[in-house]
Amino acid sequence: MQDIHDEAAGGRRQFLKCMAWAGAGTLWLMKSGVLHAQPLDGSHVGKDAAFSFVQISDSHIGFHKAPNPDVVGTLRRSLAMIAAEPTRPAFVLHTGDLTHLSKPEEFDTLAGLIQEARLGRTFFVPGEHDVIGDNGAEFFRRFGERQQAGGWYSFDQNGVHFVGLINVLNLHAGGLGSLGTEQLAWLKKDLAGLSAETPVVVFAHMPLWPLYPQWGWGTDDSAEALGYLRRFGSVTVLNGHIHQIQQKVEGNMTFYTARSTAYPQPAPGDGPGPGPLQSVSAQALHRYLGIRDVRHVRIGRALAITDEVLA
Amino acid sequence: MNRIAVLRAIGLLSAAMALCGTGAAMAADVASSSGAAYQVAIQNFAFAPKTLTVPVGTRITWTNRDEEPHVVVSAGALFTSSKALDSGDTYTVTFSKPGTYAYYCSIHPMMVGTIIVQ
Repeated sequence: MQDIHDEAAGGRRQFLKCMAWAGAGTLWLMKSGVLHAQPLDGSHVGKDAAFSFVQISDSHIGFHKAPNPDVVGTLRRSLAMIAAEPTRPAFVLHTGDLTHLSKPEEFDTLAGLIQEARLGRTFFVPGEHDVIGDNGAEFFRRFGERQQAGGWYSFDQNGVHFVGLINVLNLHAGGLGSLGTEQLAWLKKDLAGLSAETPVVVFAHMPLWPLYPQWGWGTDDSAEALGYLRRFGSVTVLNGHIHQIQQKVEGNMTFYTARSTAYPQPAPGDGPGPGPLQSVSAQALHRYLGIRDVRHVRIGRALAITDEVLA
Repeated sequence: MNRIAVLRAIGLLSAAMALCGTGAAMAADVASSSGAAYQVAIQNFAFAPKTLTVPVGTRITWTNRDEEPHVVVSAGALFTSSKALDSGDTYTVTFSKPGTYAYYCSIHPMMVGTIIVQ
């Protein structure tokens, strides 16, 4: 199902609306223990929200080809939009692939942009592009929370428990993302003391559900992690990696993948493989990102899937 | 210069022999110093060909033809892993011992391939 902006009829207002999506993030508002997503366009004043935070993802600093030769520019615009929010978000969450090739100068650029934007508190988890060659040593040195040796962590905000997981390390040939036994044991322990009424937000780079395993869009041992989360009344799972919005509701759990601040990727199974959608011209990139696109993803038996756009 | 010229000549000779399907034993001997060369393309998040059977001493070159970086990693660390291969980058490994070498892309682990060295 697609809800495509009418390009021909698009006036300035339409363009600006689409611009709001261009390389932008998602504003998350916590109301009565349930997260609500809003586009990051400055139009929403979250008076009734307990607090809000912003998710951005997949900045791919170092990428320089079609359809986006200026990933620094699009990230900078996203960060400016966060700064322009009428209500200051409690923090900003980056769900991985800060860089394209894990190069020190790419990390430098990312860190400089974040610092320049004066966002306040920021949290990061690595994508597979951030851990090339050194198993994430450089990433963790710069952006790690240093709670656990493996890099995963948790924190609380206004009674909501946040958990940052790492699923891009120790990947096995033929497999998907991986959490590993050590991290799963920690997660079980981390959640054990919480009451079932505690809202929980879990974030990691690769989808924590089998979104499209044929393209590697999933995590091998995510089912075990989700098993630990099932007893909670409100669970939100935030991921990046696939550069497009996909949302699914399963019981009390809502799964959500974020757009990239850099470039879109094809819808699951559309074409020979994932990767940058090069057919989008640089001039049309913003308009393209303005496309609101929600698709059903069927995994085995039919699941309840939300079919709402987030604009 | 002469030495290089000789090596080049041997390389051409062995390649020609391999193509003709003659002098296999000699080609294998010569290959240990000069080697045959094979290509593996990395395209659409896959290795092509996925499985490649080559004689001992073969140089195999992977070329990334995707707009996405990939890394060639030996399952079981039987040969040295590549660095991140950006678009157009290549990585070459010479296989000097017989065996079955499974490999994958460490950042897209569903991408797998096998080199069989005989």
